[in-house]
Amino acid sequence: MGASLAAAPGRDTAWLTPWLAQLPPPAGDLATVQQRGRRALAEQPLPSARQEDWRFTDLSLLAQLPLAPASAAAPQPLPPLPTAEPDVLRLHLDGCQDPLEGHTLPAGLEPLSAADIAQGLGHTLAATGCEHHWPVDLNHATAGRVLALRVASRARVRLELVSAQPEALLPLRVLLVLEEKAQLELSQLLLAEQAGLTSLVLEAHLARSARLDYGLVALGSPQAALLGHLALEQEPESAVALTTVTAGWGLARLEPRLLQVDGQAESTLRGLQLVEGRQIADTHSHVQFGGPEGQLDQLHKAVAAGQGRSVFNGAVRVPRAAQRTNAAQLSRNLLLSDRARIDTKPELEIVADDVKCAHGATVSSLQTEELFYLQSRGIDADQAAGLLKRAFCEEVLRQLPPPARACCPQERLQLESR
Amino acid sequence: MIRPDAPVLLEIRDLEARVEDKAILKGVNLTVRAGEIHAVMGRNGSGKSTLSKVLAGHPAYTVTAGSVTYRGDNLLELDPEQRARIGVFLGFQYPVEIPGVSNLEFLRVATNARRAEQGHEELDTFAFEDLVRERLQVVQMDPAFLERSVNEGFSGGEKKRNEILQMALLDPLVAILDETDSGLDIDALRIVAGGVNQLANADNATLLITHYQRLLDAITPDYVHVMAAGRILRTGGKELALELERRGYDWVDQELAALEAAEPRTPAEVA
Repeated sequence: MGASLAAAPGRDTAWLTPWLAQLPPPAGDLATVQQRGRRALAEQPLPSARQEDWRFTDLSLLAQLPLAPASAAAPQPLPPLPTAEPDVLRLHLDGCQDPLEGHTLPAGLEPLSAADIAQGLGHTLAATGCEHHWPVDLNHATAGRVLALRVASRARVRLELVSAQPEALLPLRVLLVLEEKAQLELSQLLLAEQAGLTSLVLEAHLARSARLDYGLVALGSPQAALLGHLALEQEPESAVALTTVTAGWGLARLEPRLLQVDGQAESTLRGLQLVEGRQIADTHSHVQFGGPEGQLDQLHKAVAAGQGRSVFNGAVRVPRAAQRTNAAQLSRNLLLSDRARIDTKPELEIVADDVKCAHGATVSSLQTEELFYLQSRGIDADQAAGLLKRAFCEEVLRQLPPPARACCPQERLQLESR
Repeated sequence: MIRPDAPVLLEIRDLEARVEDKAILKGVNLTVRAGEIHAVMGRNGSGKSTLSKVLAGHPAYTVTAGSVTYRGDNLLELDPEQRARIGVFLGFQYPVEIPGVSNLEFLRVATNARRAEQGHEELDTFAFEDLVRERLQVVQMDPAFLERSVNEGFSGGEKKRNEILQMALLDPLVAILDETDSGLDIDALRIVAGGVNQLANADNATLLITHYQRLLDAITPDYVHVMAAGRILRTGGKELALELERRGYDWVDQELAALEAAEPRTPAEVA
């Protein structure tokens, strides 16, 4: 079964040491990164509830998980997937094999050179201020390879990345460079039916007028955890549409982090997280405007049933240089049981004085009038509740790029009511 | 049409009901036979809307006394969805908008629930689409409305027509239309009334809850009931509606006052 975190996480790092010692020695292209990551983990305690950013999210589940690296575990085959569309390149990321092997890349897509990787890896993490975050250090310590791709200027590429976590720790590292006017539609599917941890760090740098349409669908199980950092850097005139969906994980923590390097770009963030049982889902997003006239449209939705817990923290930073920023953030939450819990908080830091920065949050249960209307048409209470839940989720689901949407039908997201 | 030997569809006896702590219905008596059109008129606050909600089974209302039988069976012990399936239809005064739920899908699920109860085969997507396009003509609605979310962005008139469309699909035996005419312009009123008339037949019955007389120019009632303070004060024919129109509701207040003065107060009212 491999190493697992024996002691409860907390203030000291003593439990980390035996686990770190059991990792295979640093090797391959990321050897230096692994060394640095392991040093950092040895020094930095697991985030505790006393840190503001981790106040609501209990990482104690990690202590019970099998955390031997995926390379040491039996490989997890992919479940049957919808047939890939003809112009979509589907790559299997398992943290061990080269995902590009055996594939012919479409025109406009090429691997980054070793020199490009050396220069680019970690750049966006640093630019978005998360290079020393614990989940990032964890990924650094364990990821043995990076999928590093460039989308050429004016090229239009459709890419699908799929992963199935084995009963282990699956570290995934992705680095994407989009040149001027490049367009990338990226669908990423993370599946975890086994106990374990999926660790994802994705960086993307968008040159001027580039466009990234990124849909992440992460479907887990109660004994699996997901830690994901999505760091995106936008030059002016570029556009990012990021849609994330998580459901079913014992613990899921996503940190979408965007930087508009000099403003004048479009960022559209959509998130949907579903929890039931005793699950925890946490999205801590961070959007920073480095210059004027940037736009942000953010909608985050959560559905909490059973004793599930949903956390949302939407940070937006508008410094003095970011005049005429136009930002809007909305957090909408559906509470389906008496014991579920929603924590939602905007975190706006606005220094510029000529900006629009709207924010709002709602927490509600299924509306009596809506339920009654449906029942008065012969639809029974459970079916009516199901229709309303599906409607709530659909607003975000329909933003996913089609390959991601195809992996995430409504049936897969069914939740108990109580 | 009044036929004294037509089967009784709805029998309301001494019905009392409250919402939270407030008593609203204080003894409603009403008998509706197949083929009849009844109008219930009254001021705001008279209990007209409450009556319709109680008949449909809205959870906010509690029945405290009396009975309602539908085709001889106790209606009040049934869930709202069961009442709908056996043919009790409520046309809402303020139809709710339900973003994200497709109108077409909603209509299909509702129609199939009713059909299952009636012993008919359920309709698949294609067969249903044929049916609904045909029924759209009853209310002169554009098929584009089917693609939208239920009532989302619909004008008042469009929402009311969507209610009548549902009536056309669900084929109820007792249709209770709660202020279906409120907020409608002349044209919308004409279409709605036309739809109601088209759907009325010798086997079903319609209960029109209305504030204004003008709907009754378009839909001729067999009976007009005047409601005040949670009770039906007087029942008459179409002329009663015209009298209300002419004299207003003040005389109703006078009658009610006289009635209450003559009545001993019930224990419920004393407490």
